[in-house]
Amino acid sequence: MRKERQRSVRQLPKLAIACFALSAACSAEPEGPRLGHPASPEEIAAKDINVFPDGTGLPPGKGTAREGKVLYDAKCASCHGPKGIGGSAGELAGGGSLTGPHPDRNIGTYWPYATTLFDFIRRSMPLDAPRSLNDDQVYAVTAYLLHINGIIDDRTEMNATSLARVEMPNRHGFIPIWPGEKAR
Amino acid sequence: MSDEEAHEPKILASAAGGGLLDRRLFLKKGLAFGAGAALTGHVVKGLAEEPPAWMKTPGEPFSNYGRPSPHEKDVIRWISANAGAPGNGISWTPLHKLEGIVTPNGLHFERHHNGVPQIDPHQHRLLIHGLVERPLSFGIDDLLRYPMVSRLCFVECGGNSNAGWHEEPIQTPVGYFHGLASCSEWTGVPLAVVLEEAGLRPEARWLIAEGADAAAMNISIPVEKALDDAMLALYQNGERLRPENGYPLRLILPGWEAVLSVKWLRRLQAANRPVMARNETAQYTELLPSGKARQFTFVMDAKSIITFPSPGRNLSGPGLYQISGLAWSGRGRVKRVEISADGGRSWAEAALQEPVLPQCFTRFRLPWRWEGAPLVLKSRATDETGYVQPEREALIAERGRHGYFHYNAVVAWAVAKDGTVSHVYA
Repeated sequence: MRKERQRSVRQLPKLAIACFALSAACSAEPEGPRLGHPASPEEIAAKDINVFPDGTGLPPGKGTAREGKVLYDAKCASCHGPKGIGGSAGELAGGGSLTGPHPDRNIGTYWPYATTLFDFIRRSMPLDAPRSLNDDQVYAVTAYLLHINGIIDDRTEMNATSLARVEMPNRHGFIPIWPGEKAR
Repeated sequence: MSDEEAHEPKILASAAGGGLLDRRLFLKKGLAFGAGAALTGHVVKGLAEEPPAWMKTPGEPFSNYGRPSPHEKDVIRWISANAGAPGNGISWTPLHKLEGIVTPNGLHFERHHNGVPQIDPHQHRLLIHGLVERPLSFGIDDLLRYPMVSRLCFVECGGNSNAGWHEEPIQTPVGYFHGLASCSEWTGVPLAVVLEEAGLRPEARWLIAEGADAAAMNISIPVEKALDDAMLALYQNGERLRPENGYPLRLILPGWEAVLSVKWLRRLQAANRPVMARNETAQYTELLPSGKARQFTFVMDAKSIITFPSPGRNLSGPGLYQISGLAWSGRGRVKRVEISADGGRSWAEAALQEPVLPQCFTRFRLPWRWEGAPLVLKSRATDETGYVQPEREALIAERGRHGYFHYNAVVAWAVAKDGTVSHVYA
């Protein structure tokens, strides 16, 4: 191993000169020793918990707001308050307006995508026991939060298809600054 | 100026109102601070005393890892966490108690979403997958064998300085207002090197980064930034990362809001669109008066703060002082810092201390003779792109008061007749 390290250090000036000669098309970065291990589809599937707005990444499973209320009251209300209002953590519901002297930012008024709820709850909540809810439970809590914001009724099943179809009230409320404004 | 004149403060060249002096005086004469009666008094007293106790007995033995002097026990991060969830909150860098540009590792600001994970580096891996030719997994020992680079740069939370949006000026030391910003020398592997190894597909436009903390915090990063100057950082100021700063592996995205410099990095998914995570939709977006919100406002714009004098660091009486402060810009180098001692009517250019590096804290200084009259001090940074730090009024006219993030307006300190310094909107 020591031998390899010495060799890679000696190669650096040579690589730098080669890059210089090849003009702007060549990255200024030296090449790495290529030690990445091939990742299997199973390893990726086990770790990949990203959920995109089009529903990519949503797992099988289902839940309704009625089921979610029981979970919410047991695991979420102590911080977020009953029905998402009045807790020590951020307000999740309550309606209101984004304009005026005291804007109300909550799931119903502000969040642009329903899929973000599933993505965030599954990876981060509840704070004292993240990753403890199964996928059906995450769908149910997501459904409950959409319901208390007046977006779905308490019997509508949330699953990989229906959740991605939920249109949030503030879906078009954002102005992307990137990529219009470049870093330098 | 003759040597004789250099000891006579009254003739020092004025650079602007309120007693601001020419920045070049430091370079020419070393500006004889404290020359005169006050210093002489100490010298005479010292000569008459016995040697101090610590010169008459052997000192402490060696230590495996050094600690600050017990006399510096108040130089600490100020913690502001959720009482019900102590791992959710922030701690501030005490910028008002530090000098130079480098933040000591134990004082780098913190923002954690659910505590500091204690990660075994031998079990930690980085997975790169999604729109790549070769999904790859790296151990920390693998990454430690890659060619490394070092660079000094600041890391600043998008929510830093946000008390500036308040209707009344907050009265608190500088660090607890602007100290969600720190500056370190980071060492690691250019992200471009491992992305090249994995083979980004042409349709890959974003990387979804994820941390190995109890929030599994995720956020979307444009591929352009990842390939430009992003780093897989392993070392901070020469030593391996501290747990609270991402041990064993974190991203560093110079000049961009710190939430993107994901700590405890475990995964990068290449995608053709952002994931629209909570921290790029519900948080780290800026609500405008229209009800629309700015999103993906990555770059931290130019900012400057006078750290001395400042609230809690008062003046002890009229006389010569050195104004000292920090400036930085996410768009490149700081080109100029101007200081006003008359509430913005006139400005003098401060001296920028080398090194002046892109996306890095820059220390500025200016000699000043305070006559003892009340006045208002301000500093204003301009970066190499020509961007000028805005006055508060202009920033609020553009953004309103509910954006929460990216507050970078000119800061004003009022100096009272008794030398007390307070924060004002002026």
